[in-house]
Amino acid sequence: MPGEVTTFGAYEVTKEEVIDFASQFDPQPFHLDEEAGRASMLGGLAASGWHSCAILMRMMFDGFMNGSTSIGSPGIDEVRWLKPVFPGDVLSVRREILDARPSASKPDRGVVRFRFQLMNQKGEVVMEQTNPIFFARRQSAGA
Amino acid sequence: MYDDIVIGERERLGAYTFTAEAIIAFARNYDPQPFHLSEEGGKATHFGGLVASGWHTGSLWMRMRVEHSQRIAAERAAKGLPPQWNGPSGGFTNLKWPRPVRAGDTVTYYTEYVSKRPLASRPGWGIVFSLNTGENQHGELVFAFDGSVFVPL
Repeated sequence: MPGEVTTFGAYEVTKEEVIDFASQFDPQPFHLDEEAGRASMLGGLAASGWHSCAILMRMMFDGFMNGSTSIGSPGIDEVRWLKPVFPGDVLSVRREILDARPSASKPDRGVVRFRFQLMNQKGEVVMEQTNPIFFARRQSAGA
Repeated sequence: MYDDIVIGERERLGAYTFTAEAIIAFARNYDPQPFHLSEEGGKATHFGGLVASGWHTGSLWMRMRVEHSQRIAAERAAKGLPPQWNGPSGGFTNLKWPRPVRAGDTVTYYTEYVSKRPLASRPGWGIVFSLNTGENQHGELVFAFDGSVFVPL
């Protein structure tokens, strides 16, 4: 229902994972090395912003998409990287439903628009993402 | 640097060929939906087979961007020029995955500079807006987003 808010997940970010993701996808020094991180404006070894997006995806899957009728998302309206994510952070997700409606062109599916906030253990919002997700409808809307 | 960025210029960042192994490895960690984990899992869906997680496609844009910047830095160093330095990004908007990426597809990534302006709130800094894309080997758009990055003046 629009306005509905739920909170879920406890994802511990490890140094090994931060470095592993960065070495594959974002090999900038402040995502790979403690000292380079400290010397940067991030203030320490910090996760790639794309890693934060991937972690949120995993938390969404574990939190509500697994076993649902989700059939994917056409895109992301907005992502804001608000604070660095550091090794040792434990992340949770605050999910708000913005609106839900049947698809105009495809009657077998509905589209729900969400705002997700990824929060650290201090309650700080580290990332915010707004996007629709398609869900198959459990029964056709009929003619 | 801010003055070096030419509005309207399109940079080719690089190309990446997706393998089934890489698609599945990324999905196991970050996006274990059935259509990202196996050919069979994808056959049962509207995708018709294994497709890469959209976040996998996006993360490789970042890698191509970083490697492109590193190549430019090496060329500048060879000419005795100081490194260019781009600041952080605060995020992006309008990210789209118009077509699926499948095993064997080669995606070529681009950045096109759209506009720039100095920041009134932060003297010495500007913000640069870009359209970032990925095209498969048939020239079809598979990925796009509007980016912004802070750049020193």
